[in-house]
Amino acid sequence: MASILQVNNIEVVYKDVILVLKGMSLEVEEGKIVTILGNNGAGKTTTLKAISGILKSEDGEVTAGSIEFYGERIDKKYSEEIVRMGIFQVMEGRRVVEDMTAEENLLAGAHTQLNRKKRKEDLEMVYHFFPRLTERRKVMAGYISGGEQQMLVLGRALMSRPKLLLLDEPSMGLSPLLVGEIFEIIKKINMEQNVSILLVEQNARLALSVAYHGYVMENGRIVLDDTVEKLMGNADVKEFYLGLSEVGKAKNYRDVKHYKRRKRWLT
Amino acid sequence: MGENSAFFAQLFLTGLVLGSVYALVALGFVLIYKATSILNFAQGELLMFGAYVCLALIVALRIPFFWAFFLTLASSFILAVLLERVILRPMIGEHTISVIMMTIALSMALKSLIQIAWGTETRVFPQIFSEEPIRFFGLFIAEIHIYSLIFAIICVALFALFFKFSAAGIAMRVTAFDQQIAQSLGINIKRIFALSWAISAIVSAIGGIILGNINGINNALATMGLKVFPCVILGGLDSILGAIVGGFFIGILENLAGGYLDPVFGGGAKDVVPFIFLLVVLMIKPYGLFGKKKIERL
Amino acid sequence: MPCGLFHIKYKTDERIFKTIWSRSWLIVFVLFLLILPLLAKDYILYVTNTIFIFTVGAIGLSILTGFTGQISIGHGAFVAVGAYASAILTNKLGLPFWVALPIAGFIAAFIGMIFGIPSLRIKGLYLAIATLAAQVIIEYTIVHWEGLTNGVAGMYVPSPSLFGFVFDNDKKFYYLLLGFALAAVVSGRNLFRTRVGRAFIAIRDRDISAELIGVNIFRYKLLAFSISSFYAGVAGSLWGYYTNIISPEHFTIVLSIDYLAMIIVGGLGSIIGTVFGVIFMILIPELLTTVGILLKSTFGDITTLISAIKGLVFGVTIILFLIFEPDGLSEIWRRTRDYWKLWPFSFR
Repeated sequence: MASILQVNNIEVVYKDVILVLKGMSLEVEEGKIVTILGNNGAGKTTTLKAISGILKSEDGEVTAGSIEFYGERIDKKYSEEIVRMGIFQVMEGRRVVEDMTAEENLLAGAHTQLNRKKRKEDLEMVYHFFPRLTERRKVMAGYISGGEQQMLVLGRALMSRPKLLLLDEPSMGLSPLLVGEIFEIIKKINMEQNVSILLVEQNARLALSVAYHGYVMENGRIVLDDTVEKLMGNADVKEFYLGLSEVGKAKNYRDVKHYKRRKRWLT
Repeated sequence: MGENSAFFAQLFLTGLVLGSVYALVALGFVLIYKATSILNFAQGELLMFGAYVCLALIVALRIPFFWAFFLTLASSFILAVLLERVILRPMIGEHTISVIMMTIALSMALKSLIQIAWGTETRVFPQIFSEEPIRFFGLFIAEIHIYSLIFAIICVALFALFFKFSAAGIAMRVTAFDQQIAQSLGINIKRIFALSWAISAIVSAIGGIILGNINGINNALATMGLKVFPCVILGGLDSILGAIVGGFFIGILENLAGGYLDPVFGGGAKDVVPFIFLLVVLMIKPYGLFGKKKIERL
Repeated sequence: MPCGLFHIKYKTDERIFKTIWSRSWLIVFVLFLLILPLLAKDYILYVTNTIFIFTVGAIGLSILTGFTGQISIGHGAFVAVGAYASAILTNKLGLPFWVALPIAGFIAAFIGMIFGIPSLRIKGLYLAIATLAAQVIIEYTIVHWEGLTNGVAGMYVPSPSLFGFVFDNDKKFYYLLLGFALAAVVSGRNLFRTRVGRAFIAIRDRDISAELIGVNIFRYKLLAFSISSFYAGVAGSLWGYYTNIISPEHFTIVLSIDYLAMIIVGGLGSIIGTVFGVIFMILIPELLTTVGILLKSTFGDITTLISAIKGLVFGVTIILFLIFEPDGLSEIWRRTRDYWKLWPFSFR
């Protein structure tokens, strides 16, 4: 399977002084879901922003390395070009345009689609994936529920007919039931529309359940890179990201208070 | 028609015409606000620029009014794009008050530049429109007044449609809400800014030419820049329709106040009444008639 | 060479001037100011006196806009209220200077508080516009309530006298105004060590959250408006006593813009920045006037041209500052100071 996105050893610096990504590389194969795991501050969102070009609006830049999409270098490009090439980032935090209706938000996502008729078709496609939005289409986006807002931003992304979706923590702040629903839809999008997905998630179990390949990031570097099956079997991942230490046994309180296990990877 | 109601009607009618100019200027102001969230304190100076340039083209270069009009619009376009590029683009993402201060400073700089170039005495447009007042149900209205009204109404309708339905209009609204979201959607926000400033400058230039023809051109045109605030507050800072309604309303209110209150208070009523009204509106309905309430969720 | 400030007592942590260096330099500076009148010409004293008066007013605006985050374009109007109040109190009620001045300050504070009432319902840009309306309305009232203010003709204000000592020239005024300016700076700085000051900063940063932790934001916003207008009123009153004549044209919206320029160029949220801003924004026009006088021999009377150029330079200076140094002079100061603190091992 060809890899459509290649991040080659990039370094990202904010405001000329803060080094956030210290040489990280990853690959996304066509039609696959790849996930990046890691806790807060690891640099996952920064990676996505470096790929989509939004980094520049936050005074950040890729100071070393390169990012290639279908063989073309994109790390110096502006976000408006990158969206047109087919990469779309759904930022964390359900960022809908609150003053516009849900449908207007979706239409905004179709900005790069110049053909009017196609836009209508795309709207229908989005409503097919997210039936709940059909009822809320004329409501102000600021007033719909959190789950619906998450659906709205995903739908907005779809309107641009992306080849690669960058999803930043779609499960954040949502109820478990809703999260399950949304991840089902993400899987559906990946399969039906053949959209490759790079998924950043803190909910490791959930991410590993939909992904094909996973990366674990800490402190701006990749520390583990493997297929999902191998990751789920990895004892370190189980301990630190899946909470699966000593499953089946009563947890020894002394072990919890006096923490023994050390990660096998060095950061 | 009785004398009292004739007086009222005349004031009303002239106020309506004045209001159409205010509506145009308010429209330009709201456009910039909607796209860039900037309060443009230099709107009055854009008006002045249009008036002076048009006059210069007609008088100094002897270009007929028809062509001078379009050339003025073109030069306003260029001025706006230049201003946006050089001065306002670096302001992206800065503090609200810095941005306000920037347009205030811009207004002072522009006003001084115009003063250096053209001095401070009042200039008059050569007669382009017929001076014969046209009788309209026993009231008087000049030809230019009619043109101004018609023009304002056309602009208004065009803009309303633009924002609600066109892709560029939606793109502007997204940019106004949050620039980062706009960027993530593939919107070229720099172009949006330039576009909004350009349209605003053109519309103000038209307003300036009209006012210049009615009242003559001098520094006082710049005070229009302040007058625009009562109009947009009444209408709602981010509403095109509101700008128009507000413009007409304030024009009429101002004229009526001048006509009825000036004898009582010794003049100047038309300058202060709109601002008292502004405060009242802010207290009762701060987002104006058509503005959208800012949805703030923690 | 210090690499940081490590306090071990609350008392030292709460001090306004935290290091020995800053305290010493401050004392040196104040001593310099004290002996300046013995060394300088009257013109320089005039400029310095103007700086002192504007410092008082600017710190007021800084408290309101820089520290509480309420943008005000009407500051000039409150200065006017103070000026006219003290003029009327002195002329019509015969009150002595040391009584009229504080009362004028309180009157200005009261009016400021009233115009701050909209802050209950509106904020940000809308509040700025409301203050603009305040400016226009107060200006109109001053011009048209001729019975009270003499309208456009202006009012005469006699020079203040304190226990028989009459302040009627630049030198005498100097020490009085220096005292006021120092008082303004110290009280401004001190305000932000207190509960009230912290409430102001909380309101600026996130007023909804401030309300959640128990800060009564309406009360504190009104308080910010009143305190700020008090400073403005005092500044206006001093101005009246200093120049002996006040008229509405001294207190137009241009004055409000001048004050805003001072605090922004100086750096929002910093008292010392405000002082820098005042000095900067007063010196530049004075320099231009001097240049104009010097060039008079070559170009003839170019006063109107100079005043237009002043406006242009004013606008362009602010624009350049906003583009290249949006945090103002205080940021430049901080960088220079930090650079020298760690020299020769400074970063960059």
